[in-house]
Amino acid sequence: MPKAYSPNSVPRFVERTAHDIVIVGGGAAGLRAAIAAAETDPDLSIAVVSKVYPMRSHTVSAEGGTAAVLRDYDSLELHALDTIKGSDFLADQDAVEFFVARCPKEIIQLEHWGCPWSRDPDGRVSQRAFGGMSVKRTVFAADKVGFHILHTLFQTSMKFENIHRFDEYFVTSLIVDGGACAGVTALDLRGGRMVGIGGKATILATGGCGRVYEFTTNGFIKTGDGMALAYRAGVPLKDMEMVQFHPTCLPGTGILITEAARGEGGYLINKDGERYMQRYLPSKMELGPRDILSRSMIQEMKAGRAFDGPYGQYLGLDLRHLGAATIDQKLPMVRELAEKYMGLDPIHEPIPVRPGQHYVMGGVSTNSTGETTLPGLYAVGETACVSINGANRLGSNSLSECLVFGEWCGLAAAQYAKQKAAYPRGTASREALRKEEARVFDGLMGRERGKETLAGVRVEMQQLMDRDVGIFREEAGLADACGKLAKLRDRFGSVGMADKDRVFNTEMTGVLELDFMLDVAASIAHSARNRRESRGAHSRTDFPNRDDANYLKHTLAYRADGAPRIDYVPVKITKWQPVERKY
Amino acid sequence: MAERDVVFRVKRYRPTSGSKPTYQEYRIPYRDDMVVLDGLNYIKDHVDPTLTYRWSCRMGICGSCGANVNGQPKLTCGTYIRDVHKGAVTIDPLANFPILKDLVVDFDDFLEKLASVTPYIVREEPGDLTKEFVQYPEDVEAYRQQSLCINCMLCYAACPVFGTSPEFVGPAASALALRYIRDTRDEGADQRLARLNTKAGVWECTFVGECSVVCPKNVDPAAAIQTLKVLATMRHMRRLLMPKAESR
Repeated sequence: MPKAYSPNSVPRFVERTAHDIVIVGGGAAGLRAAIAAAETDPDLSIAVVSKVYPMRSHTVSAEGGTAAVLRDYDSLELHALDTIKGSDFLADQDAVEFFVARCPKEIIQLEHWGCPWSRDPDGRVSQRAFGGMSVKRTVFAADKVGFHILHTLFQTSMKFENIHRFDEYFVTSLIVDGGACAGVTALDLRGGRMVGIGGKATILATGGCGRVYEFTTNGFIKTGDGMALAYRAGVPLKDMEMVQFHPTCLPGTGILITEAARGEGGYLINKDGERYMQRYLPSKMELGPRDILSRSMIQEMKAGRAFDGPYGQYLGLDLRHLGAATIDQKLPMVRELAEKYMGLDPIHEPIPVRPGQHYVMGGVSTNSTGETTLPGLYAVGETACVSINGANRLGSNSLSECLVFGEWCGLAAAQYAKQKAAYPRGTASREALRKEEARVFDGLMGRERGKETLAGVRVEMQQLMDRDVGIFREEAGLADACGKLAKLRDRFGSVGMADKDRVFNTEMTGVLELDFMLDVAASIAHSARNRRESRGAHSRTDFPNRDDANYLKHTLAYRADGAPRIDYVPVKITKWQPVERKY
Repeated sequence: MAERDVVFRVKRYRPTSGSKPTYQEYRIPYRDDMVVLDGLNYIKDHVDPTLTYRWSCRMGICGSCGANVNGQPKLTCGTYIRDVHKGAVTIDPLANFPILKDLVVDFDDFLEKLASVTPYIVREEPGDLTKEFVQYPEDVEAYRQQSLCINCMLCYAACPVFGTSPEFVGPAASALALRYIRDTRDEGADQRLARLNTKAGVWECTFVGECSVVCPKNVDPAAAIQTLKVLATMRHMRRLLMPKAESR
């Protein structure tokens, strides 16, 4: 009988530990990787290092569902084609084929671990329609899919005594020794000290970076930590210009109203009560891909057909015709959120919505097994860019991505760790630890407060990104954003700190997160400026067409002094030649 | 939207200071659409960066931001200032837990209790991964309510029994135990009931019912505990009457 619980800390008298695998992040991707590695060999020691208790991870906020081919009416070929077309042909087709083939097994694996999938009357797992998916392919657990997946994985992870949790440890840097990743340094928030967590293999699974924008569905913790950690260690970030804006977010807060609301038949309406998508995408209407829906909303606003509210213009998500029974059974969280945060009941009134940052298709450049260019370093989930999402992700592919590549990456890291006889050298870990202590405790925390504040620099960055690196982009705005981000980076150097107490210092973590976000924001802005075409979510008003001759390739951004160095690698095409993306 | 002022009276505790928790008052502007968490964020960003609390999703699902608001355990992201202020809003860390700093408390004890109720599917034979288990909508409905627990800990902060007997397994862990017991795919009921049929298990509960009152997700842990008492008793009787059947 395995012991269920691992002590949550490096013992107070120890400053360094070593494991076979160190996983940074305890959301769907990180926990799936941890379980895969733990199952494959009970002798492997696996550390899950998270800046929050894992069940707080942002996977918890995913709502609508997770895609897999489970029925006779569907096929892997069709899931692959939908995904590639949705990506505007920027996805690597070999990775997509790998992905779609493994989704069904993951759905069943989660089912066996107890995930409460919604069921059809015959007792089989239900599937619903989703944007850009040509058939009902999205598996769901009402509209709390991320919540149920996360809690299922977290509770299942408690079975394994070789999974050691480091809850509320904030990773500050990667330890690199002899050209390979050898673990991480982390701030033990409760202990108020820096520790070294050595690993033969390290997996980054920290999710997205939505908080570089102001209006986002992402939780406060989504600050691109894993992306910045890899970037600083010399690993390129791929396709960072590809940022997804979700069409249906509540004005003011940015809280997400799931695409499942449209999958179940909801309408988008303008102030004249018109289903305006007939003007933009009559073949798909409300079930078009997110990039097209978000652009259509902006166009309706510009045409003066949107509603006006205290937080600017918005459109209506109308569920009234679905009736109370469907809403309560399939969309209970939509009703709960609308009632709580908008003070209205969607059974009787349309929900005000506008587009907001939701997801980043780009991320740490990896192959299908999660390997990066740095030996021993892996990345998975939203942090990574394999790429299966290309220039636009289809809704319900991201949870499946976390599961499929989570498992695969966990297995690959396990194999890598087993081939390495020795744990990382203590010297490298000790040196990294001393360096980080000096940087964080003496450097950042030693700064006195002055004119620049943490919140001030952060909000300026967020507003800049919303304005100039948002749904529509053009050269002047992007150039301005690149310049201003460099200035914000300089100003960050004089942000002081009021809290001098090392224990649970959330001002300190806020400063470290802003430091990460400024790197990630710069990679987004520069990648966007360099891609002089429109493709998927990257929409340039000055280059409105897709340009396969020059840009059928992935952007790679490398960290450099000043502006990032931009390079490109080809897209892998297997059997779907790029054609105009028409619905 | 008109802005008015409100006073936030927030419990402060600095672990390294050596002094006891004290209240600090902040006068801040607020609008009718602001929740208590928005007020805390206003203070953190504009008044006092040292104020310490947890938050993430701001939509009532991650379970990070619980605090006692005017003495009641609440998710601060789901509690409107307009609904709770009477000139001032008093905010304390969740009761019954050790305070780490300001509003941040230590939940590790809960995670050990959660692990102790075997919170995962138990089967003697591993399932066939080529196919799903059949589960009818009513089968899912049987455990759906308990599966909605977000581990926000408001129920522990409201529980007078946990307040005086910290070893009590408590409301959320009990509800999650019942969630797995009621799952048609599971075969682990016996070990969970053995764990809960103890003094520090469900029998500690005196059915005050406050846990269900404060639960933001209507999990109704009080009812779950009463059901577990019945199941534990039935198991005990079965073992007395039919000792040979005890393996299941």
